Order: sequence, then C-alpha cells, then structure tokens
Amino acid sequence: MNPVLTAPAEATFLGFPMAVFYFLLPVAGVALFVYIMARRMAPLVRAAPDPRLDHPGERFRLMLKYAVGQYRHPRYLLPGLLHIALFAGFMVLSLRSITLIMTGFVEGYTLPGLGGMTGEIYSVLKDVAATVVLIAAGLAMIRRGVFKPERYDVPAEAGIRDHSWEAVLVLALICTLVTCDMLFEGSLDAALRQAGEHPELVVPGTGRWLFGNLFATASTSTLQAWHLGSFFVHNVVFFFFLNFLPMGKHFHVITSLPNVFLMKLKKGVIKPVRWGVSDDQLDELDSFGVKKFEDFTWKHMLDFYSCVDCGRCADQCPAYAVKRPLAPRFISIKCRDYAFEHYPLRGDIHPSDEPLIGSILSEDEIWSCTTCGACEAECPVFIEYIDKIVDLRRGMVEDGMVPQSLQKPLRALEKRGNPWGKLEKKRLAWSTDKEFAAECQVKVLDKKTSAETLYFVDSITSYDDRMQSIAQCTARILTALGVDFGILGRAEKDSGNEVRRFGEEMLFQELKTQNTEAIAASGVRRIVTADPHAFNTLKNEYPDSLPPVQHISQFLAERVRSGELKFKALDADERIYTYHDPCYLGRHNDVYDDPRRVLDAIAGLRRVDMRESRDRSFCCGGGGLMLFYEPEEEQRMGVLRVEMARKAGASVIVTACPFCLVNIEDAIKVAGLEGKMEAIDLAELVARQMEV
Amino acid sequence: MDILVCVKRVPDTAENEIEVNSDGTDIERDDLVYSVNEWDNYAVEEALQIRDKVGGSVTVISVGDEESEEVLRREMAMGADGGILLSDDAFEGSDGRGVAAILKAAAEQGNYDLILTGAMADDGAAQVGGMLAAMLDRPFASLVNHIEVVDDGKLKVGREIEGGNQEMNEIDLPCVLSIQTGINEPRYVGIRGIRKVASLEIPVRGAGDLGIDPSSVGAAGAKVKRLEYFVPDLGEGAEILEGSTEEVIEKLIEILKAQGGIK
Repeated sequence: MNPVLTAPAEATFLGFPMAVFYFLLPVAGVALFVYIMARRMAPLVRAAPDPRLDHPGERFRLMLKYAVGQYRHPRYLLPGLLHIALFAGFMVLSLRSITLIMTGFVEGYTLPGLGGMTGEIYSVLKDVAATVVLIAAGLAMIRRGVFKPERYDVPAEAGIRDHSWEAVLVLALICTLVTCDMLFEGSLDAALRQAGEHPELVVPGTGRWLFGNLFATASTSTLQAWHLGSFFVHNVVFFFFLNFLPMGKHFHVITSLPNVFLMKLKKGVIKPVRWGVSDDQLDELDSFGVKKFEDFTWKHMLDFYSCVDCGRCADQCPAYAVKRPLAPRFISIKCRDYAFEHYPLRGDIHPSDEPLIGSILSEDEIWSCTTCGACEAECPVFIEYIDKIVDLRRGMVEDGMVPQSLQKPLRALEKRGNPWGKLEKKRLAWSTDKEFAAECQVKVLDKKTSAETLYFVDSITSYDDRMQSIAQCTARILTALGVDFGILGRAEKDSGNEVRRFGEEMLFQELKTQNTEAIAASGVRRIVTADPHAFNTLKNEYPDSLPPVQHISQFLAERVRSGELKFKALDADERIYTYHDPCYLGRHNDVYDDPRRVLDAIAGLRRVDMRESRDRSFCCGGGGLMLFYEPEEEQRMGVLRVEMARKAGASVIVTACPFCLVNIEDAIKVAGLEGKMEAIDLAELVARQMEV
Repeated sequence: MDILVCVKRVPDTAENEIEVNSDGTDIERDDLVYSVNEWDNYAVEEALQIRDKVGGSVTVISVGDEESEEVLRREMAMGADGGILLSDDAFEGSDGRGVAAILKAAAEQGNYDLILTGAMADDGAAQVGGMLAAMLDRPFASLVNHIEVVDDGKLKVGREIEGGNQEMNEIDLPCVLSIQTGINEPRYVGIRGIRKVASLEIPVRGAGDLGIDPSSVGAAGAKVKRLEYFVPDLGEGAEILEGSTEEVIEKLIEILKAQGGIK
C-alpha cells in the first residue's frame, strides 16, 4: 500500500536514514539512563543494612493500594486528583511510548497483543488519556506558576534552593510529549481523510481529533513536516525526560513504587540502633546513630531520593506550624542534594568528613520534632522521618550534644527513674493520699501481693499534682468494674518511650529491663495504662514475653459494648465536647474509635470532631522529655490546638493522654480562654459519669 | 597545657529531699543519689575546651572514698584523659583546709599549668580553691566565668560582679581558678559513654603515697568542727505592703526607720 505520509522509519534527513537515528537514540538514551542509575545507587551500596523483604504479599498489596492506587493523594483534593490523572494517564501511555520508540526504526510497529481490535480499543484509551493528561498538566502548571500555593514555598531560612522550577519544567515536558503524539496522529488522520481513506476511530473532543480538524485543509508537505517533526521532538524529549528523572524530585517517578513496597510495616517501634545487632550486643558497636550521611540505611537514602518536594509533610507538621526550625521535607531535600553533590554523576565520589549536624542540619532542627508522626501519615510515598530523627539524636547524644534543658531530666531518669528526680517512694503517693485511700484501696504488687491486672501508671501520672487525678480516676474505674488490679509502686520506672525517641538508647534499655523484670515478678496477666506513651512502648517495644497491654480507652470500650459499663446522662450540659486524638494512641496505634465509642455512650454529651482529627490530629506539643525542651517557636502547639477546638464550636476538649492534658490546659491559660474552654481526661469524665 | 580539675561527689540537690537526721549531726543520707558537684562539672567542661583548643591534658582528681570513683569515671567519660582518687581512712572528717592540704600534696606530684576547682560545692563552703592556691603559693581568681589563653604564661579571666557587669583580669600561669556555673554548656554524658570508660584504671593514693602526716588532716587535724545541723524555726511569713507605689514606699521607709534600718 502506498503510504499517504512517509513514516518516520522510512524518512531521510539530508540523505541520512532517520531509522538509524531512531535506533541509536534509545540505545544511547537507555545506556545513559542505566549509567545514571548506577551512579545514583553508589551511596546505597555502602550504607547501613535495612531488612525490608519480609511479608512480600502484604507489601505488594500495600504497594497496589498506595502507590498504584494513589490512596493518599486525594487528602489534598485538587492536586491529588490532578496527580491521579497524570499518573493514570502515564500508566496507559507507557505502552504508546514504547510503540512510538519502536516505530522509529520498525515501520508500522505494533506491540504484541495490541494488534487488531485490542489495538483499536487501546488507541481510543490512549487518545483520551493523552487529552486528560494535557488538561491536568496544564491546570497543574497554572496552579504552580500563577497561584503558587504556600505549601511549595521555600523560605530563605531553609538553606536550600527553590526546586519549584523542576515541577513546571516536567509538566511542560509532559505537555510536549502528549501534544507531539496528538500532532503525529492528527496529521496522519488529516492526510488519510484528504486521500479519501478512513483513519482509525478518533474520539471527538480529544486533542488528536482537534488537531485532525485543524489540519483538515493543510497541504501534504505541511502535514508531512508536522508528522515527522512531532515524532522527532517526541522521541528526543522522551529520552531527555527519562534521563532528567534521576536529577531531582522526579526521581520519585522511578523510585516511588519500590519505596512504597519497601515501607516500614511495624508502627510504633523505633528501628534498632543497627539492624542485625541485638540489644545485648549494643556495647560492642563503635558508634551509635547517624553522624555522617553514610550512617543512614540504604532505605533512608532511597527515601531522600523519593521525596517529591510536595510539602504535605511540612504542611501537617506541628513544629513547622509553630515556626520551629524544622520541616520534614527540607531534611529530605537537603540530604538528597548532599548525596547528589558528594556522589556526582561524573568525577570522583567525595564523601564529606563533616558531620551532618552543624553542616546541612542543625541541632535545634532535630530536637524540635515531637515524633507525632503526622508527616509519615501524610507522605504519599511513605518516607519515614521518625527513625531518621531518632538516629540523628542517637549520634548527638553519643557526642554529648544534648541541650542543657534535657540533660537534667535525663540524669534524673537515670538516677530516680522519672524525669523530675522525685523519690521512688513518692511514686505511689497518689494512692496513699488519705482522702483517696479511704474510698479506694490500691494494691501494691510485690513478692507477697499479686493481681491479675497491672495498672501501669508511668511517671507524669504518678508525680504531677494535676495528673494524679487521672491515676485516682483510673483506679476508681477499675475498682468499680471489679478488676483485680495493682500497681508496681516504687518498682515502676518511667516506661522510657521518649527516652528512646530522644536518642538515649542505653538508658531506654535499662528502664525497659528494670520494668520488664518488675512486671514479670508481679505475675500479672494483663496490663492496662492510661498513658498512650507507656502504652506504645510497652506494647510495641518491650519484649514479647510481656503480658498483653491495653489502653484504658480500649478497656472501657469493651465494657461499653458488653453492657457492663453504663453511664448517668449528662445533666444540663449545653456545652459541645470534642475529642482530641493523642498521637501515641491514634496515629501510632490506630486507636481512634474506642475513645469515641465511650464518649458516645454518655447520653446528653454533644460531641463534634475537629477538622484535624484521627490521623490528621494536631500534636498538643509532645510528651515525656519534650515537656522539658525549650524550643525556638513563635507560639505553642497547644494554643493552635485549642484554637482548632474553638473553631469547631467546642468548649470542652476531652483527651486520653496526660501529656495532652498538661499541654492543652496550659494552652487554655496562655490563649486567655480560662473559663471559656475546659480540658478533661477521658478517665476523669468516665469516673464522674459512670453508673456501677 | 596540663590541667588538673578537682571534683567532688555530692548529694544531688535536684534529685533528693534533704532532711536533717534525728541526731542533728548530718543530713539523712539513706535514700540519697549522688553525682558530681555541678560547679566542678562546668570546670571539667572548661578544661576540655581549653585542651581541645591549645593541646595538653586534663586530669580529674577527687578526695573521697571508693564511691567517688563513679564521679571520676563520669568526668573521664566526658573526655578527661585520666583520673586520680585520693582516699585514705585518715582523710575522713577533713575540714576545708584538710581537703586543700591533701589536694596540694597530690598537685605537687604532677606538673600542672592550671588547676581548676568549682567555686563551691552543694554541701561546701567555697573555700578549697582559695586555700589550695595559697598553699601552692599560686595566683588565684574566684568565680571565673570566662577563660582565654593568652600564651604559655598568661590567661585572661573574667568574673561577673555587681550589677551584672563583667570584670576582666590577666593572671600568670601556673595558677588556680575557681569556676562559676554558666561559664559554658557542659556536654552530655550518657550511660554508653560511662560504659566505655568502665574498665580504665584510676590510681588510688593514700596518706603514705602523698607524704601527708595523717594527724594533720581528717577529723584529727580539723580546725573547724561542726557542732550541729538543724532546720531553722519558721518565721511568721512575709508582710505584704499594699497600696500605690508611693504609699508602699512611705510605709517601707517608716518600717525601716522604726527597725533601725535607716538612721
């Protein structure tokens, strides 16, 4: 058949057969790409170990849900939908791209399986996809270039260059690619129609259809020029695009699926100091934590490469919101840029002798994190931040770089088992208080006294004058429900959740060992606690031999369901209540519904959820050692949180964590809302309203 | 520069409740936790920073019993190059002069350009530094909050004086300085750091090794004896003057005149 237009594979340029060019182009393009990828992998092969191939079936399922299914993307609705459109289009068009590359030197090439009817269906799909992609990319470019959402801003203090231009460039490249395909197809469609032949099915409204109509009266030579020209531009731009990906934030196009596949499966646990080194071998290690870039694990380095620079993490980060010198996104970008600089594509690899802290990262930046996990809950490619920050803190602790404000409580934890340095014998003072003891007897577990359940009180609830009320209420509740329980008293040490997260791993190991021994000696079969930080570490980080651990909200929800726990109706309380999800109960342990179930069982209690609730809950300011740290910030996280409650119409904030209660009560005073806003603990509310 | 820093093991005032014992002879020591005296810790940090800048060594030394080893080890974990424990039954019950004499004997066994002590101890009288300097016949500056090494023979030292002002002095080496808190930000020492120095040797020197006559130190040689320990009777509390600033000032002047505070 005489072709209406010369196909690219048959074309010549000044006598040179273009098929040769279109063959060598992918060869060179792919070779360059492989070279670049190999250079990029260089730091990963000398990094610390990180086992990530366990549970492959689960990992694959999660990859399908989050990476292919883009499950987290709509959390920011408009950009999320735009991205889904681009990604879905990308998936559909990938086959077209391969076809176009092959067509350059194999005339009329079709992929195996895409001949005949399937091919025609695919052709329609890809035309629609290309059009959707063009519109989405266009909208995205307008959004980036004209509206400039704040989330993408890079303030001067961040210490990095603004990489936003990459976004606009890549969107432009994408537009170019799809437009070239439309021109390539449209020009041929027009030529075929002019020759009286029928082109394949063209959907009206697509770009291809548009160009086909625009070209309707063009001359054959014009059509020929557009046909071959658009093909040339497409293929060249394609290989430029492919090799541009590993240069910046678009590396995620390649690394996001593997990065999600390799995600951290266990929540609430901090990674060991070094994978493969057990707790009792820790003394043999030369160095703890991350001090140089090469101390990171290979997965953490992959995380840096995968950062999309989207800023969703920083947008949710409470530290960033109060203007502490921390944005998770900037840590990733700075470390990625470090890797690009010291492991260049050309020339020698030159790792720096300088430690990360003091060069690209600052001490305050790393101490500012409350480990709330909002960043990790938001990141569409599942970048981990908490483990990295803890590793950096481990390195700082080893080198003595600990803020003075934290040194005192750490020393007190070492000597007295609580950050205030109060006497061990005073740990059960709340239970022996005359008035309280008269109505509620609390057993102290020891060699002679045992019980079925341990109430693990932890430090703040034991020692803080205000929080002791939570302990007393919890004891009253357990007694009223007929639970055989006791406390460890003097033998209880701080659970150590924050000790570990602030990098003092050896002190954490000591506290863990002491508590584990005391719990084992007590003979209890169950543990209940009202402190989510204690709950988190006892459940997730203490030895598996420990009895099962529950948070009081879970315990209460069970009994609400069974009917064992009933409440008096809330009388004449017109106030609106809202529940604040504590980070260590909610995000880290997925306990969102149980506390709400308990509250909703109280008749007459009007409850609303703040906009920022569940896994979008906003950290109160942090617990444990974070209470002692003196950050540089413009205001307190707690104040922002109280504002959110007020905006939701609430005047009572219920929480289920003593640290949240401390921070929120303080914030109410600082915000000048005393008398207008109240904070109460779940245990206090239940103790007041329960009917047993 | 070879630096000797004198450190003392004291009950930690932050992490203890201090109560007088039933005899009235001492504080109740049963449930106490001890640590390095805070001023001494600042002194060690300062010594380490000087060494890191101009080279040399830092040795920590303590007059105490075997429990004091833990304090020496902690300072070695911080970075001190070595530790010496001065321990002997004869040293028990020493007054400030006795402690200074023991330290003097030990200091003379080495060749130290600079000797640092804390300005005072939680349970002390702020006297050992000055006495030690006098016994060694070396220049002394107290309450130092800033040290600059000028050259091998001289230091510039700063002290805070009334009104928050700063005084700068030049002092010849070798000398003795007593260090004020806040001179620097001491680095953190964690459990891991202490474990790393757990097996290092700390030599112990007694009266014989130091050439000290036992009767000149300890309770036997003490020239200051403690008679009693007691918590003073609580007064009635404070009288709060109310009114405008002028009214309060008038009332205050009246009271001061009446009580003989203003002539």
